[in-house]
Amino acid sequence: MIRLEGIHKTYITGTNELHVLKGIDLHIEKGEMVSIMGSSGSGKSTLLNIIGILDNYDKGKYWLDGDLIGKMSETKAAQYRNRLIGFVFQSFNLISFKNAVENVALPLYYKKVSRKKRNKLALEYLDKLGLKEWATHLPNELSGGQKQRLAIARALIAEPKIILADEPTGALDSKTSLEMMDLFKEINDMGITVIIVTHERDIAAKTGKIIRLKDGIIDSIMDNGERKKWLADQVMA
Amino acid sequence: MFDIDKWQEIYSTIGKNKLRTFLTGFSVAWGIFMLIILLGSGYGLENGVRKEFEGDATNTISINQGVTSKAYRGYKPGRFIQFKNDDYDFVKSMKDIDHVSARTRVRGTSIISYKNEYGTFDMMCVHPDYRYIENLTMISGRYLNDVDVEQRRKVVSIGRLVKDALFKKEEPLGKYIKIGSIPFKVVGVFDDPGGDRDLSRIYIPISTAQMVFNRGNDIDRLSITVGDATVEQSEAIVDKIRNDFSKKHHFDPEDKRAIFIWNNVEEYQKFMRLFANIRLFIWVIGIGTIIAGIVGVSNIMMIVVKERTKEIGIRKALGASPESVISLIMQESILITAFAGYIGLVLGVGLLELVSKNLQGVDYFANPEININVAILATLVLIVSGAVAGFVPAKKAASVKPVIALRDE
Repeated sequence: MIRLEGIHKTYITGTNELHVLKGIDLHIEKGEMVSIMGSSGSGKSTLLNIIGILDNYDKGKYWLDGDLIGKMSETKAAQYRNRLIGFVFQSFNLISFKNAVENVALPLYYKKVSRKKRNKLALEYLDKLGLKEWATHLPNELSGGQKQRLAIARALIAEPKIILADEPTGALDSKTSLEMMDLFKEINDMGITVIIVTHERDIAAKTGKIIRLKDGIIDSIMDNGERKKWLADQVMA
Repeated sequence: MFDIDKWQEIYSTIGKNKLRTFLTGFSVAWGIFMLIILLGSGYGLENGVRKEFEGDATNTISINQGVTSKAYRGYKPGRFIQFKNDDYDFVKSMKDIDHVSARTRVRGTSIISYKNEYGTFDMMCVHPDYRYIENLTMISGRYLNDVDVEQRRKVVSIGRLVKDALFKKEEPLGKYIKIGSIPFKVVGVFDDPGGDRDLSRIYIPISTAQMVFNRGNDIDRLSITVGDATVEQSEAIVDKIRNDFSKKHHFDPEDKRAIFIWNNVEEYQKFMRLFANIRLFIWVIGIGTIIAGIVGVSNIMMIVVKERTKEIGIRKALGASPESVISLIMQESILITAFAGYIGLVLGVGLLELVSKNLQGVDYFANPEININVAILATLVLIVSGAVAGFVPAKKAASVKPVIALRDE
């Protein structure tokens, strides 16, 4: 589903050059649930941006769903994002003057789905996420957990193949965070590839694979099964 | 264009910033309002002057007697040039001339009466062609004709106001009015676009006047019309008249005081050129005002884009193409300018209508109006300016990187 080969990314601000990604090789299969961890500045958000075609890369190769993603026009990139990727953000990024239904229906608007159909679908998704009675409420009338579920409904409505979540639990309490992870698990069970950027261990522990970034390169990739075994070994020793 | 969601979105963003939108709109409305008022006043002035000219045909040349100021071929200066009937015959024989009439005035006001009604009115003693010089239209009866002049008939054609004053409701045709003590038969009543003064006149044949009022062969003034001659052609005619008269009456052709020639063609053209220039000037000012409005709208849209940067980033992350973002901003800008401008247009036209209604009978100002072409042009200007105002901000919006959406503020 996602294949990265030798990805480099450098940010240039004035005379300063910041080499953020220094050759990332990564392969994520369809239907995987992966978390990306790393200290701040390790490049995890940049990696997510490149995967989400929100940003371009300098060197290397990136295949998404079999297509090589190189330099492309904004319009083309927008189409890819719209068709393949759903985003969930730490700060929810809901549009404040639109109510729940309108927020959820927005990706379908850019897919040129008719108004009637997209409102019907949006209501269905809100129902699935238990937000039906909040359909006409504005985002600021909802709790943090409700907001994030709204954002997830928005990410799901266009039936993407990949969900990219950037610190999805960063603004939530631990109880709501765990509920949210269960929700991601359910989404993953539907066959959607889920990639979560987080710095919380217990959130990462809920995913199938943990990718650790350190100073722009992949430090380790660990299957959760192996990790549990490793933890057990530690206890034994 | 007719996308309900887009309109809803524009409506909601405008709703969020009512004061700002109002102020922006106001600058545009003001620009258009000023343009309309200026253009309307310009037209009013032009119509007013046109109306003053309308009193007479615009293609007339009149030749008036004067006193020589230069010695010429043995004649001393200070000699009065008196026109005679043969001057009329002479001018009549010139080519390039449509209508000719001589005119003579009878000195001293004569009281004009019908039964017990009296009045003093301007009496003009002319040839039948004078009708074309004054632009007269007959309400009833006829104007003077050649037979009247030939047979020195005592007939009179009277203005509408003269008829109202002397005859009240009575039918004047065929009745006799007295000029001094001499009865004249009324043959017609005329209307004159020149206004009240021109309507308080009576016309009698020049030959009759010369005989009855002891004017001999004297003429005071000659008036001619020159068809649709251009300014240059009319000037050539003026030159020819001046030269021919200088030979005939023995004065220096360079002596501008011997005879006075008033060339209405030239004057009319001068005014029309003046108004063309005024109109141009008004457009320049008006467009300038609108540009100030455009800059205002552009500025506001710039701020809107800045404020909505994150939202635009989110939209892009969700699959919004740059085109859809551009059209969103452009549409908002065009909506604000078109709507506000339309209000300015309506207010401006309304004020002009009001002024026009309450300003009847003011000299040199009439019917300040905006014709449909100008209104259409102004609307086009508005839409174009809305698009221009929205263009730069829209471009800026389109260049917002979707990464922005992920960045916390």
